[in-house]
Amino acid sequence: MRTALILLLLLGLAAVPGSLIPQRTQNPMKVSEYFKNSPTLSQWMDKFSLFDVYGSPWFSAIYILLFISLIGCVLPRTLEHFKTLRALPPMVPKNLDRMEHFDSWEAKGDELESARKWFAKKGFRTLEIDGAISAEKGYIRESGNLFFHLALILILLGISFSSLFGMRGEAILNVGERFVNTPTSYDSLQYGKLYKEGDLPPFTITIDKFVAKYNVETNAPEDYTLNVSLSEDDLTKSSKKIIKVNSPLTLGNTKIYLQANGYSPVVTVRDSKGNVAFQGPVPFLPQDGNLRSIGAIKVPDADPQIGFVGSFVPTYARSNGNGAISVFPEALDPRLLLSAWVGNLGLDSGVPQSVYRIDTSSMKQVGLKSLKPGESFTYPQGSIVFEGYQQWVNLQIVNDPGKNFALLGGIVAILGLLASLFTRRRRLWIRVGNRVEVAGLAKNAAPGLEVEVKEFIAMLKGEK
Amino acid sequence: MSRTWAFLSNYLVYSAMAVYTLSFFAHAIETAWAVRITEEKSEQTLDYKRTEKVARIATAMMILGFLLLVAGVIARGISAGRVPWGNMYEFSITGAMAFSGAYLAALRKYDLRWLGLLVSIAVLLTLGTAVAVLYRPSAPLVPALKSTWLVIHVSAAIISGGVFLLANTIAAAYLYLDSMEAKGERTAWAKRLPSLEVLDQLSYRLVAFVFPLWTFAVIAGAIWAESAWGRYWGWDPKETWAFITWVAYAAYLHARVTVGWRGRKAAWLCLFAGSTFLFNYVYVNVWGTGKHTYSGL
Ligand code: HEM
Repeated sequence: MRTALILLLLLGLAAVPGSLIPQRTQNPMKVSEYFKNSPTLSQWMDKFSLFDVYGSPWFSAIYILLFISLIGCVLPRTLEHFKTLRALPPMVPKNLDRMEHFDSWEAKGDELESARKWFAKKGFRTLEIDGAISAEKGYIRESGNLFFHLALILILLGISFSSLFGMRGEAILNVGERFVNTPTSYDSLQYGKLYKEGDLPPFTITIDKFVAKYNVETNAPEDYTLNVSLSEDDLTKSSKKIIKVNSPLTLGNTKIYLQANGYSPVVTVRDSKGNVAFQGPVPFLPQDGNLRSIGAIKVPDADPQIGFVGSFVPTYARSNGNGAISVFPEALDPRLLLSAWVGNLGLDSGVPQSVYRIDTSSMKQVGLKSLKPGESFTYPQGSIVFEGYQQWVNLQIVNDPGKNFALLGGIVAILGLLASLFTRRRRLWIRVGNRVEVAGLAKNAAPGLEVEVKEFIAMLKGEK
Repeated sequence: MSRTWAFLSNYLVYSAMAVYTLSFFAHAIETAWAVRITEEKSEQTLDYKRTEKVARIATAMMILGFLLLVAGVIARGISAGRVPWGNMYEFSITGAMAFSGAYLAALRKYDLRWLGLLVSIAVLLTLGTAVAVLYRPSAPLVPALKSTWLVIHVSAAIISGGVFLLANTIAAAYLYLDSMEAKGERTAWAKRLPSLEVLDQLSYRLVAFVFPLWTFAVIAGAIWAESAWGRYWGWDPKETWAFITWVAYAAYLHARVTVGWRGRKAAWLCLFAGSTFLFNYVYVNVWGTGKHTYSGL
């Protein structure tokens, strides 16, 4: 029991660092910032998995130990409880007057019979020997408690099941684009050890329309509505669906969530001869509530390679300190601010790069420009046209087969808790000879027994 | 129309503060008047018969303040066209309402009037901070908050919080009284407090009573997260601290029921668990990052 208690507290303690230090699974950008700002410290912290606390060996060790200790304790108790449930209460003790709530008075004769009836009505389990009844009630406390602890095991099993058989992926799509559910369509895709790629259900989703509504006073978003066309198995037929933030699209075991959104400036890049080197929307990453977004347009096929470090503001304004800012999240007066770089984009170096940034260390800046839709910018190596913008949405696609076990575990846990915290195990005894003797005993000195004994006595004396 | 309701709500919250202030003074007077110096022994004793009337006024004011606050919270909800739990100002006024509501509910069952002074100060401080620092104009919800689960999850969490904090206050009173008794006599004021044993039991009962509700709040949050974000648990700072609070209270219940801790050790553990709840509220809302940053600050 000590061990379980210590492990339980340890688990709480172990969860703390993950809430104070940025975690890779939630905020990879912050983590890379950490590495940039203090490389040596970060490397040490990384050795102790401080950027992956909840997947770290030491965190797993604590909860696995806790659950081993839980199983080790709960299983034997469950078996024992099964026996108790079938056993009769122990015999009436010899000296009732040493027990709590003892009372005794002159017998009239019918007490035993009334006691029998009362116990039966109240659902006590009784053992009667030689004019004495031993009655017990409240086994549900232990049952509830066992259910609660077993439910915790069930929750853990559900979580493990999901991580083995589940999948989770994300894809950024511009309005108008089509998503085909194959591994290569995803920007990121993780699946459990026992999930097979072929298990991805066949469907395609076309992003028809995305509408974001904002409050004109607070600039806060009020509603996001995504309209899509969905084709399942038979790819020739499609149906219209709506996805909102709190209402994902459900396809069997797979759910599709609307996760994030932003703007993609649409550009056309030409080389010095006027040939189109790149054309299309490029998703930019929002930086604040008014959707000032940053991004990178990389044109590796141009000669020399060219890249644009950009910033998109949906509703343009100038601020004294910060240059261009956005004052409203809707695109009322959009601008694209670009700085053009020529040289080696470093895409072949094998080091993975963020799609929103450019490593300009081996590049040369050739120009700087702010564009309105329709405007273009010409520099010695070519030109770029800011055609307009498109919106993008981030879809999260999830198959989580264990979550229903976890949910069931949660429900059983609450019911078990209620049963175990609001009931109590107690015994009542009565012996009738010349005198009537009554006493009671509650496990863990649980309160409330006194009232029950008084009620019992009042009934026996015929006062009620 | 919505502005009128928002204005009315502010007005009600200010009135509630005024009435809680009256309640605070009535509780203070009650305590001060009850102390008498007996002539022969120049010893302090307490005579609560004399102050029964003031005590009744203090409780009546508390009830009135609570009702005004309930009305204020409801008006705020009407003004925004939703449940009034969208930012930290709203959490704070609702939290203060839950805390004094928990006190009044417990008062029906136990003689807790000695606590009234502390409760009224705490409510006044919370409302004062809310009005002075946290106030934001009434506005609709961001899309992630638009869900029935907001009502279910947040109301369960706020009620749990109110009761947890009440249990904390009682545990603190226990520790205070205990250190006083260790030094010798209780001061006159403290004579009003029940025995250490009663305090100990009381904070345990409150925790045992709301622990299932808190468990439910956490699970409801997980269900909601599943429908809004596609995962029911993601170790977001707010989720992490809700879990820590849950573990801390489970440890407290274990320590009491199975290890048999009573008294000081249990009271400290109770205070520790309660402070993880407060930490979650203040730190994660104000300085934290993550998906749960709705404070509007
Ligand atoms: C190895 C692990 C564990 C063991 C051996 C264990 C054992 C016990 C026992 C013997 C009781 C007392 C039952 C009674 O009052 O009749 C109990 C109660 C309880 N346990 Fe555990 N437990 C373990 C883990 C946990 C965990 C992980 C949690 C939750 C976070 C938890 C939460 C509770 C709660 C809330 C109670 C109810 C306390 C009460 O009845 O007042 N336990 N446990």
